[in-house]
Amino acid sequence: MNDTTRQLLEIISDFDGEFKGAYNIREDGQCAARESTENIKIESKKDAPGLVIHIKPHTKGEKVYIPACVTKSGIDDLVYNDFYVGEGADVTIVAGCGVHTTGVEEARHNGIHRFILEKDANVLYQEKHIGTGKQEGIRRIDPVTDVELGENSKLTMDTVQLSGVDYTTRTTRGVLGDGARLIIKERIMTDGKEQAKTDFYVELKGENSGVDLMSRSVARDESYQEYHSVIKGMNVCTGHSECDAILVGNGKVSASPQLDAEHPDAALIHEAAIGKIAGEQILKLRTLGLTEEEAEQKIISGFLK
Amino acid sequence: MLRLENIRWSLEDGREILNNVSLEIPDNKLVVITGPNGGGKTTLAKVVAGLITPEDGRIFFDGEDITGLDITQRAKLGISYAFQQPVRFKGLTVRDLLELAAGKPLKQNEICELLGKVGLCKNDYIDREVNASLSGGEIKRIEIATVLARGTKLSIFDEPEAGIDLWSFAGLVDVFKEVKNKINGTLMIISHQERILEIADEIIVISKGQVENSGSAQEILPTLIKGSRTPRPCERS
Repeated sequence: MNDTTRQLLEIISDFDGEFKGAYNIREDGQCAARESTENIKIESKKDAPGLVIHIKPHTKGEKVYIPACVTKSGIDDLVYNDFYVGEGADVTIVAGCGVHTTGVEEARHNGIHRFILEKDANVLYQEKHIGTGKQEGIRRIDPVTDVELGENSKLTMDTVQLSGVDYTTRTTRGVLGDGARLIIKERIMTDGKEQAKTDFYVELKGENSGVDLMSRSVARDESYQEYHSVIKGMNVCTGHSECDAILVGNGKVSASPQLDAEHPDAALIHEAAIGKIAGEQILKLRTLGLTEEEAEQKIISGFLK
Repeated sequence: MLRLENIRWSLEDGREILNNVSLEIPDNKLVVITGPNGGGKTTLAKVVAGLITPEDGRIFFDGEDITGLDITQRAKLGISYAFQQPVRFKGLTVRDLLELAAGKPLKQNEICELLGKVGLCKNDYIDREVNASLSGGEIKRIEIATVLARGTKLSIFDEPEAGIDLWSFAGLVDVFKEVKNKINGTLMIISHQERILEIADEIIVISKGQVENSGSAQEILPTLIKGSRTPRPCERS
């Protein structure tokens, strides 16, 4: 494992020299280290680059780390990771991706993740994206996540991308069974000329299934963000999406949420708000002794927390 | 001591809101500013905190001319202002806001004490975001707690009763009583509430952009009640 990978790992997965639990570290398209545990088996995928991860039924409290790092320009890494989470398992999966440029060529990571959760499984999925390197090469991360949630299972996706990635297109698709819950909390900050697009498509097929989708973003400078979401209510179900964006400088945001109610008992809600930081918020923090710049920074960091 | 000299401020349409206001707020007193709605009370508070720049006149705080200082500079000098309509923040928690106010990380028991003073149970609120999910009364109390957390020489409360039900308001009156007894600072409270007027050391009546009357509470209070200038609680929405 090289030093850049080490540094990126510290940022994206709180790596302190080792991982406790099962892990696979991907570096420039290769496996740099791997460890399975008794309950969590990580194997190479046979028909494509990537991993197949099996989590035994009723595994409790374990963590799986699968960070991916691209440490130089000219790398276009494509990886397919499939997670099979057994019945009643309750685990945390820490993904995350760091892309570092060293020259004029593009550095790209494209991770395609599939999550198949069996009945009553509960997964917390954490993912942090970062781009580093001062070179002019484009840094690109295009994650695709496909989710199949079995009866009464629950997946909480907590994703963060704070600056440094020039282009990103995030695609998340989910199909929910009876009583299944999908919770997505996304935070994005773009600056400079960065562009971030995010696309959600969720089918609430099962009875009493539910999705809660929260996206908070800050678009600074000349950056641009797009948000699309489709929530399809196909049974007795609840769907909620909330998209909040703060504009700083000349940042631009386009949000188009879509709700499709295809069942009379589908209850779907969308809330969206885009705008500058409210002047009153800055004033309030200034009355507490903060300068205007400090107030702005506090408001943004709180918003993206 | 806070001293205002000949403060003037008008709306864009030319309507004069403060018309040559001069007054003194002595140290370590509880001074209530009262008077009819639209009389200029909130504007006056905002002028002191620096949220509004007067067209004319000077403001002195502890002898220093602070007229040209901005909001942050005045806050650092020791002026706090509790908004009449508190601001909501998506993402900042009650703890975040209180720590920003105190200017340092706070221990659990310190936050507990602050929230207890304004009648909130800390466990329900400490990690709550100061967002639209809080009721008007809850956010108002948190706003007051931010000013208490600062513990500055001058604390201004703009209509603390607004948005709080009367039952809870009784508790707040006790807070102001306690703060008055404990601190070495000055409380300037804008209020119509008789219960607040009753605990005042001094009362200043502002009407039509001018100081109509001022003096000790014993002196002023009877004239207000007689003249029914302060509406009874049930008359206010």
